[in-house]
Amino acid sequence: MVVYANPNTDGAVVDFKDRYDHFIGGEWKAPAKGQYFENPTPITGQCFTMIARGTAEDIEAALDAAHAAAKTWNKSSATERAAVLLAVADRMEQNLEKLAVAESWDNGKAVRETLNADLPLAIDHLRYFAGAIRAQEGSLSQIDDDTVAYHYHEPLGVVGQIIPWNFPILMAIWKIAPALAGGNCIVLKPAEQTPASIMVLMELVGDLIPPGVLNVVNGFGLEAGKPLASSPRIGKIAFTGETTTGRMIMQYATENIIPVSLELGGKSPNIFFGDVMDADDGYLDKALEGFTFFALNQGEVCTCPSRALIQESIADDFYDLGIERVKQIKQGNPLDTDTMMGAQASNDQFEKIMSYIDIGKQGGAEVLIGGEAVDLGGELSGGYYVAPTVLRGSNDMRVFQEEIFGPVVATTTFKDYDDALSIANDTLFGLGAGVWSRNGNVAYRAGRDIQAGRVWVNNYHAYPAHAAFGGYKMSGFGRETHLMLLEAYQQTKNLLVSYSEQPQGFF
Amino acid sequence: MTTIIASRPDIPGEDFSRVAMTEETLSLLQKLRGIHGDLMFHLSGGCCDGSSPMCYPVGDFRIGGQDLLLGTFDLPATDDLPATEIGFWVAKPHFEYLRGSHITLDTVDGRGAGFSVESPEGKRFIMRSTLLPS
Repeated sequence: MVVYANPNTDGAVVDFKDRYDHFIGGEWKAPAKGQYFENPTPITGQCFTMIARGTAEDIEAALDAAHAAAKTWNKSSATERAAVLLAVADRMEQNLEKLAVAESWDNGKAVRETLNADLPLAIDHLRYFAGAIRAQEGSLSQIDDDTVAYHYHEPLGVVGQIIPWNFPILMAIWKIAPALAGGNCIVLKPAEQTPASIMVLMELVGDLIPPGVLNVVNGFGLEAGKPLASSPRIGKIAFTGETTTGRMIMQYATENIIPVSLELGGKSPNIFFGDVMDADDGYLDKALEGFTFFALNQGEVCTCPSRALIQESIADDFYDLGIERVKQIKQGNPLDTDTMMGAQASNDQFEKIMSYIDIGKQGGAEVLIGGEAVDLGGELSGGYYVAPTVLRGSNDMRVFQEEIFGPVVATTTFKDYDDALSIANDTLFGLGAGVWSRNGNVAYRAGRDIQAGRVWVNNYHAYPAHAAFGGYKMSGFGRETHLMLLEAYQQTKNLLVSYSEQPQGFF
Repeated sequence: MTTIIASRPDIPGEDFSRVAMTEETLSLLQKLRGIHGDLMFHLSGGCCDGSSPMCYPVGDFRIGGQDLLLGTFDLPATDDLPATEIGFWVAKPHFEYLRGSHITLDTVDGRGAGFSVESPEGKRFIMRSTLLPS
C-alpha cells in the first residue's frame, strides 16, 4: 500500500503551479482577457490552482499557431510523426507516477486506476498510432492499361478537439494520437472541470512536439469551446460529451461543412445468463467482478455497465453474491493505492447523481445497497463521495433509461434470451454492452444482436488500442482506438493519371 | 427547495404544469439574460454533463421536429429588463421516460461543461424530479 502525499505538500510527486496559462505555439500564453478561474480538487473540494479562462481571441491565437505549424507538419514524414508520438509516450512513462497523481487530484478518481489504466493506456495508445502511421499505405487502382488512380492520404490540416472530464489525459490522447499521426495540427480544449492535469502533461512533453502542432486552450464551453467548434478554420471537430452539446456541435459543423465525430454516452446493458453460476470457479469470480465494474471510475464512464440484466433462474443467488462483492469496494483517500473508488468529479455531478437516486426511489426502485452520500472524514469531508449503489426495478424506470454517470447500477431480471435482448436494446443509447455466458454460441449471438458499438463478451471495461470503440443510436458515431481512426483524420487525394499518348477523342 | 414559478402547460391536451423553477434559478436566469439576451432550455441526455438542462441564448440551439416544448415560463420584468418567456424543451424520445415526472429546475454550485450559459458563473442548473399523480 502506498499513500501519495497531496500535491504541493512535503514528499509530493507532483506540484501544481499557482496558475496555468494556455499552451499555444509551443509557449505558455496568458489569456487575452487576463482572466483565470479556480480549479478545485473533488477530493477535498478545495481550489488548488488557477486556470486561464480562454475566449475567442485565445482560440484564434491557437488557430494562428496551428495553421502556421501546419505548413510543415502537414507534410512531415510518417517517420517524423511516429518519432514525436514515441518520444511523448516515453516521457509520459518516465513520469507515470507524477501524471497519475496529477490526474487523480484533478478528477477525483482513485490513483490505483490512473497508475494501472489511464496512464498506461494513454502511453500505449501513442505507440499504437506511431506504429499505425508507419504501416499505413496509400493505394493504386489500375483503371485500364493506360490509366492509374493513385490514392494518397493527406491530413485534414488543423482540427479541433473537445475533451471530457472523466478521463482527462486518456481521452485527450485518444484524440491527439491519431490526429498527429495523420499529420494534423490540433487546437484542443480540455473540460473546465479537469483543466490542470493536461497542463502538467504539456509541461512535460511540450518540448517534444514542434511548436504550434498541439495547442491547448482552457476555458468554459460557452466562451472557448463554442468559438472552436464553430470556427471556419478547422477541418474537423471531435467531441466527447452529452447529446444536446453534440447536436450543437453538429449544427456548427453544418455551417462550415466539416466532418464531426461524436461520442455521446450510453446506458450499457450487462447481461448475465444463467450458466454463469454453473460452477463456483474463476469464471464466476470474473463475472461478479464484471457486475461490480459499474463502480469503476466512480461510474463516470460513458460505457458504465449501468443496467445489469440477470436471468431469473439464478437471480436470488447472483444478487447475494453480487451485493457481497459490492460491499468489498473500498472507498477512501483516492491517493491511497488500496482505494478502489474515489470522488465524483464535481459538486454538480454529485448533486445530479443524488437526484437520480432520489428519482429511482420515488419511481419504486428498491435500493439493495448504497443509495447515499459518503462522508470520509477529515479533509475528505469537503469532497464528493457517493456509495456504490445497486437498484432493483424495471427497464421502464427513469434510472434504467437516463444516464446517471455515477456509481449506480439499475438491475432487473429476464426470463430467456429473447427477453434479455428485448430489454438490452430498449434504450436510446448504443455505446457499450456486456455479455456473460459459458456457452459460446449464446454469447456470440447476444453480442451480435445487441445494438451497441462495443460488446464485451466475458469481460468488461477493457480498452486496448486496436479494438474499435464508438456508438450506435444516440451514442454518436465515429470510432476511436483503432487504426480506422487515422482515415477519419485524413483526406483521400486521388490522382487520376493517364499514360496514354492519344487524345481522349471528344474534341 | 421551494419553487417560485410554474411553467405554462404547452403539450396539446394537457392542462397541468410539468416544470417549475426555484427562486435561485429565477435570480440566476434574470442575471444571465442581462448578459446573453433571451434564453431557452434543452434537456440533455447522456454522458458527462448530460441528463441536465442546458441553457442557451434563443436561436443558438436549433430546435427541430424531434423536440417537444415541455413548458414555458413567464419571467417577470426586472429594473433593467422587460418581462419575457423561457421555453423548456426536451427531445421527444427522451420525453417518453419523463412523461410521469414533474421537473423542478434547481441551481447548484458547480461547473458543467458543454455550452450552457451559467457555467462561467460557477453555477449549474440541475433537474430535480417528483412523480406526477397518475
